[in-house]
Amino acid sequence: MADLRSDFVGIKSPNPFWLASAPPTDKEYNVVRAFKAGWGGVVWKTLGEDPPIVNVAGPRYGAVHAGDRRLIGLNNSELITDRELQVNLEEIKRVKRDWPDRALVVSLMVPCEEPSWKAILKAVEDTDCDGVELNFGCPHGMSERGMGSAVGQVPEYIEMVARWCKASTRMPVIVKLTPNITDIRYPARAAHKGGADAVSLVNTINSITSVDLDNFAPEPSIDGKGSHGGYCGPAIKPIALSMVSEIARDKECAGLPISGIGGITTWRDAAEYMALGAGNVQVCTAAMTYGFKIVEEMKSGLSRYLDEKGMTLSDLTGRAVPNVTDWQYLNLNFVTKARIDQDLCIECGRCHIVCEDTSHQAITATKDGRRHFEVIDSQCVGCNLCVNVCPVEDCITMERITAATDPQSGAPATGYRNWTQHPNNPMAKLPEPAE
Amino acid sequence: MVDERTPDIAAGRLTAEQYVANFNDLHPPLDRHQALVESDRCYFCYDAPCVTACPTGIDIPLFLREILTENPKGAGETILSANILGGMCARVCPTETLCEEACVREKAEGKPVRIGELQRYATDALMADGTQPFVRAAPTGKRVAVVGGGPAGLSCAHRLAVHGHDVVIFDARPKIGGLNEYGIAAYKTPGGFAQAEVDFILSIGGITVEPGKALGRDFSIDSLREEFDAVFIGVGLAGVNALRLAGEDQPGVSDAVAYIAELRQTDDLAALPVGRRIVVIGGGMTAIDIASQSKRLGAEDVTIVYRRGADRMGASEYERELAQTDGVTIKFNAQPTALVTDGGRVTGVTFEYTAENGAGLAGTGETFTLDTDMVFKAIGQTFVPEALNGAGQAIAIDSGRIQVDDERRTSLAGVWAGGDCIVGGEDLTVVAVEDGKIAAESINRALAG
Ligand SMILES: Cc1cc2nc3c(=O)[nH]c(=O)nc-3n(C[C@H](O)[C@H](O)[C@H](O)COP(=O)(O)OP(=O)(O)OC[C@H]3O[C@@H](n4cnc5c(N)ncnc54)[C@H](O)[C@@H]3O)c2cc1C
Ligand SMILES: Cc1cc2nc3c(=O)[nH]c(=O)nc-3n(C[C@H](O)[C@H](O)[C@H](O)COP(=O)(O)O)c2cc1C
Ligand code: SF4
Ligand code: SF4
Ligand code: SF4
Repeated sequence: MADLRSDFVGIKSPNPFWLASAPPTDKEYNVVRAFKAGWGGVVWKTLGEDPPIVNVAGPRYGAVHAGDRRLIGLNNSELITDRELQVNLEEIKRVKRDWPDRALVVSLMVPCEEPSWKAILKAVEDTDCDGVELNFGCPHGMSERGMGSAVGQVPEYIEMVARWCKASTRMPVIVKLTPNITDIRYPARAAHKGGADAVSLVNTINSITSVDLDNFAPEPSIDGKGSHGGYCGPAIKPIALSMVSEIARDKECAGLPISGIGGITTWRDAAEYMALGAGNVQVCTAAMTYGFKIVEEMKSGLSRYLDEKGMTLSDLTGRAVPNVTDWQYLNLNFVTKARIDQDLCIECGRCHIVCEDTSHQAITATKDGRRHFEVIDSQCVGCNLCVNVCPVEDCITMERITAATDPQSGAPATGYRNWTQHPNNPMAKLPEPAE
Repeated sequence: MVDERTPDIAAGRLTAEQYVANFNDLHPPLDRHQALVESDRCYFCYDAPCVTACPTGIDIPLFLREILTENPKGAGETILSANILGGMCARVCPTETLCEEACVREKAEGKPVRIGELQRYATDALMADGTQPFVRAAPTGKRVAVVGGGPAGLSCAHRLAVHGHDVVIFDARPKIGGLNEYGIAAYKTPGGFAQAEVDFILSIGGITVEPGKALGRDFSIDSLREEFDAVFIGVGLAGVNALRLAGEDQPGVSDAVAYIAELRQTDDLAALPVGRRIVVIGGGMTAIDIASQSKRLGAEDVTIVYRRGADRMGASEYERELAQTDGVTIKFNAQPTALVTDGGRVTGVTFEYTAENGAGLAGTGETFTLDTDMVFKAIGQTFVPEALNGAGQAIAIDSGRIQVDDERRTSLAGVWAGGDCIVGGEDLTVVAVEDGKIAAESINRALAG
């Protein structure tokens, strides 16, 4: 069994799986159940100033389902904790005392004024928790009051608040980022400049999951009206993964630890986040879909994977980052063609019709008058669409060709040449013509 | 006919609850969630093999996608536009040899999309509305006679009505519907579905029904040709093959199709007498149906004897398994050679084992005898041409059935035919529906010209 013990900005936990600040970490009862189930740490549901906010009493979740009602996206319009600060603080203190080996980070959100942050940090420090996470991400309700993503969308505010916090507490400060922004590197750089110990991302994405077509109101609707909520769950993982990788390979953010969040449901999701630069991961929707027990699968899966690879947890972090590059550096001489395994093919014809209708007319539908699907190399541009739509795993694969030129374009198919070197690029640095 | 005096033939063998359970829906309808999950299994194939395998060419991937997107009535309309008896076909088609056999998921994992059950889900949804989704074209003033109100005749009549023609359906029986009403196994179409579907089809308007009117008795092809602009014949198969054994006409031997018709029409299954020991001779759907239904009526030992091997049987493996699950025994490779009679009734059948040699089937000389209270003949039905060609110009017959061309035109101008009574094609409801549809389109073109 690989050692899963994790040290994230000095915060130790028996494994890298934390529960994100959200309903699963809302109170002592839930958090104790989570620790009993084996979670390495939690970020306590975001605390705010008294009097507590109120949540809507109508439906606060909406969902996107795949077939058989598998939940792939969740939308919520919940705000921060709706319980009094003191109640939360007492519970946090008790839980940390009872579970000293687990990570307990407290999420915070107060108005953008230094005294407010100072005051709450002081109160939180007294609980002996391990650190704080600044919630600059909540995209609904709180943002209308100038908090949450309203702060997270302005890099100057992020830097300012991070600096206030670092100046007034000895605890590690994690800044939680909103994805509702065009370039995630700017808020991350701001947090870094402000002295934050780490960033965590992503918080939820602005969303409306569906519209009631009888009442013409967004779902979930409350008394006939709906507002956007925050989207999370498996559907957002690709977006969040990309954002994590952007920060991981940003020179200005070099050395800034990342806590990866967004749609993590299995050990594999977690490993992917870590390979793209996350030091640990946080989970919300998966727990809210299946309960806390899923962490057992995550631990065993990650541990077995590390054993099989002969890697430690820290070896994994960032392992894929050097392979994330800009489009302009991709090898244009790497020419692949789709290959159909006729023994596996069940002849559904989907590869043909998508290539025919929407791509490059490179897959036959018949051969010698019989239903038969085969790739025409002289038409195939190697795009991978057919691979993605084929219902049979590994039935279509992409193979690099061995010929010197691409039969489709006539372009060279060996060696390396990227866009910066391509003759069609007016800015290309072409080799000097030979004398 | 059944002889009620013998002690081993009795009615009311079961409790009222048992009758209900035994003749209930073979497959309970899918509920909404099941339908969504199952339709989601469809890959939306290109040039889908299931569509090619459906004799009526229903756009299966499209209707499955309509179910999936919670538009079951749209799905129903997609189905009915290709097959107006899509509701009945959903219940009776041997899908395991048609669309579902061709489904790529059958090839992939041996579990095809359950197209038949989903077709029922969609057509039920549409028909629950009671509204007819098709609209008649402006009246053409043309009149077409349809002889036989089975699947072929109904399909033809509906399509003609859609095109604005006026149709009269003549049928020898008191109710129309053909074998849907008189032949299909009771548990495949319970709840009076056959007549509900007939009503639904007729609700298009422009179709008059003349029950109790038989071709060859009450009118002739010639009289119809005089009175109508076109004639469609869909009279099915009125005759049954004979065993050609001594004693065949004695009590104890019955025609399976006639017994099933009685079963389908009875108001009280408990009043239907059935033997304790049953022997069924034959290997098709009728054999399976009579065997299963007599078992479900309370018979103790039911044995089907088929003269060839399982691979040659007309009934599919799935149907055989259904019968076997009901407790029916199926014996292969044996043919009847003699009926055992006692006191003027048949009490047993002697069979000889057979073997397939190059030339055909030959007896091996080994025999066995099964004691029985009732023997059912299910060795095939035949077309009876007498009614057709009683007078006037003859319609060409080929291999014992009506000869037609691709458009289902007979040799006689102005006369079309389809369903079981024509040459070629399997004797299936869905095939009859397609014949009726093709003929209607051809008639429509002819009448427009
Ligand atoms: C027991 C049994 C079970 C079957 N089970 C299935 C099944 O599960 N699935 C399946 O797909 N197929 C099944 N079939 C076959 C299917 O029922 C037929 O293929 C189908 O009904 C043929 O339709 P049709 O319109 O050609 O003939 P029919 O359904 O036979 O209809 C012919 C109509 O013509 C009328 N008629 C006959 N003679 C005259 C006349 N002289 N004048 C006026 N009217 C006349 C009859 O009264 C009848 O209404 C079964 C058949 C039998 C016998
Ligand atoms: C109901 C709900 C409430 C949430 N509340 C908070 C919160 O109070 N503070 C916070 O930082 N994030 C909050 N989040 C965001 C989650 O912590 C997490 O960032 C997001 O759900 C993405 O992770 P996931 O895909 O694993 O759910 C909330 C999410 C949900 C679903
Ligand atoms: S890789 Fe793209 S172009 Fe080539 S066959 Fe597949 S879909 Fe068509
Ligand atoms: S998508 Fe896959 S299974 Fe379907 S025809 Fe193409 S190669 Fe075969
Ligand atoms: S063959 Fe099967 S998977 Fe393909 S379209 Fe037909 S039902 Fe769907």
